[in-house]
Amino acid sequence: MLRFFRQILSRTKWLAAAFAAGLLLCSAQSLAADASRGEALFKACSQCHEVGARAKNKVGPHLDGVFGRKAGSIEGFKYSSAMKRAGDGGLVWSVDAIDAYIHKPRSFIKGNRMSYRGMESDQDRADLVAWLEQISLKKPSADANVPSKNAVVGFATAVLEIEGDPDYGAYLSGECVTCHQISGKADGIPSIVGLPKDYFVRSLFEYKTNIRQNEVMKTRVSNLADEEIAALAAYFSSLTPQ
Amino acid sequence: MTHFNRRQFGFLLASGAATLALPTYLRAQAKPKVVVIGGGAGGATAARYIAKDSKGDIDVTLIDASEMFTTCFFSNLYLGGYRDFASITHGYDRLESNYGIKKITDYATAVDRAAKTVTLADGSTVPYDRLVVSPGIDLIYDSVEGYSEEAAQIAPHAWKAGPQTQLLKAKLDAVKDGEQIVMVTPPNPFRCPPGPYERASMMAHLLKSRGFANSKVIIIDPKEKFSKQGLFEEGWQKYYPGMIEWYGPDVHGGIKSVDAAAGSVETDLDTFKGVLLNVIPKQKAGVIAAQAGLTNETGFCPIDASTMRSENDENIFVIGDACIAGAMPKSGFSANSQAKVAAMTIRSELTGSKAFPAKYSNTCWSLIETDDGVKVGAQYAPKDGMIASTSTFISQTGEDAAVRKATFEESEGWYKGMTADMFG
Repeated sequence: MLRFFRQILSRTKWLAAAFAAGLLLCSAQSLAADASRGEALFKACSQCHEVGARAKNKVGPHLDGVFGRKAGSIEGFKYSSAMKRAGDGGLVWSVDAIDAYIHKPRSFIKGNRMSYRGMESDQDRADLVAWLEQISLKKPSADANVPSKNAVVGFATAVLEIEGDPDYGAYLSGECVTCHQISGKADGIPSIVGLPKDYFVRSLFEYKTNIRQNEVMKTRVSNLADEEIAALAAYFSSLTPQ
Repeated sequence: MTHFNRRQFGFLLASGAATLALPTYLRAQAKPKVVVIGGGAGGATAARYIAKDSKGDIDVTLIDASEMFTTCFFSNLYLGGYRDFASITHGYDRLESNYGIKKITDYATAVDRAAKTVTLADGSTVPYDRLVVSPGIDLIYDSVEGYSEEAAQIAPHAWKAGPQTQLLKAKLDAVKDGEQIVMVTPPNPFRCPPGPYERASMMAHLLKSRGFANSKVIIIDPKEKFSKQGLFEEGWQKYYPGMIEWYGPDVHGGIKSVDAAAGSVETDLDTFKGVLLNVIPKQKAGVIAAQAGLTNETGFCPIDASTMRSENDENIFVIGDACIAGAMPKSGFSANSQAKVAAMTIRSELTGSKAFPAKYSNTCWSLIETDDGVKVGAQYAPKDGMIASTSTFISQTGEDAAVRKATFEESEGWYKGMTADMFG
């Protein structure tokens, strides 16, 4: 419903829009967006995206100022070429576009890196977008590409001190790329190409410490020494997704 | 940094360490040549990794008799109606255009280890400095009395994906309500340990989805237990009650013979009959491996656990289903993993690139019913001359539906990743 309003607002004169809206509101009150629900729904996104005051780029780009922004246009973030092409082809993040993307990420932009499967419910998406519209008005961090200090905690910090050997990482990566495509495409298995080192290291430690549960990953990671994790982080962070 | 084990070191002394330790391209001015026999999960991966990582410094030739490769993995999903045949069939074009690999579409009929050449069915020869042998399996038809290559036209094995898979699918599609399918499964070791049981699940799924709840799949097994048994049996009871019956040797007492034309399997206990007979016989390494003298009394090829090098020839590496890989199962994932160790070793010997300690891994996903996937996997490393498992996992019985659905979706992601890793 929100999408429909936006379309109308962008295409017709204000008076006509207000008239149409008035008519529609009579039958569509249940679809009114609830931004507080949207904030709760954002938890699923916050694994990879920051939004709000001083947001930084993580696995995904920060979302401050996303409405009206050209797709794939944050300086210094490693986008898939599919996302950059979409932006160059004229895709701007309107409410409609974000709604459609969150609905079916893989079919909206084929070959993009976001490994999220999609949000089915129209109401959920309307709520989420309503919250994003408010929160994304804040200003991002001035150094959005410098990782947060607290991205990696505990034992994992020791790994960041190690200078990883990218050649060793390239060999070890053989074990990863049987599932995680080297092109950076995410077809049901997350993309790890171009991942910032600190998030890469943190993720592997989350498997070591049972915060993340996937058995395949837990088995792979259980035998990885710190030097090996550092080597893999060095290698994958050096790559650019296709 | 090249690692040699004691046996290879003996060879080094005998042949003059100084010359052999030099990379080949320094001895002979020409580019070193690697030939790969077999374009499946092992061979295609090895060819691609050697070509890709040597950046043109090694000449790579891939020999396979087929123009297109149909993956055995996910072929059961084709039988179950989840996939079409085209989606499990792949070409070699990107290996040629993007990696400069020369693809020869012909049978490799012989290996002359002294001359270091491979002979093709057309009589020509292809020279190599290092040879990767990845021919997969061959079927020992007469291991099941009454079965033969001709009988497989009536009672397909479909254990090498391709026309046999399509034949089995056509016969499966013709089964009517109340009719019976009989499967004869192979003894260990064989390609894809959970495969026969995933296949039975997919057959039952197809029959059930057509409303043929009176049909049955009967499995006559020479083994007392099988891979992921608890998971499969739980799924069969849940989704296909009364539709899948499994008989081990303690029940059927031994498989005496099969009659493809009659659709019957005679055992000590009884004779089982079906309109469709699927016989998967005992297996051995692809025939070229034996011809090249790389096999032992088991019919498979002994290898060095830290390099995948043949124990019988220092210039030959055997990977995939044809080799004896210790604790690793015969699977496409294993072959892909072994290929990377062989590729790294070969590059280091031919171009002086770094070699690292061998690591292997495997995961086998199986689909029991729509959105109900299970998995088993492990990591491996060389230990006391064998490839030994260092950690393992398996799906649990009673897992909730969301976990099983995620496992199935993960397997689909793996298929995309795996085939991209093989074919570029």
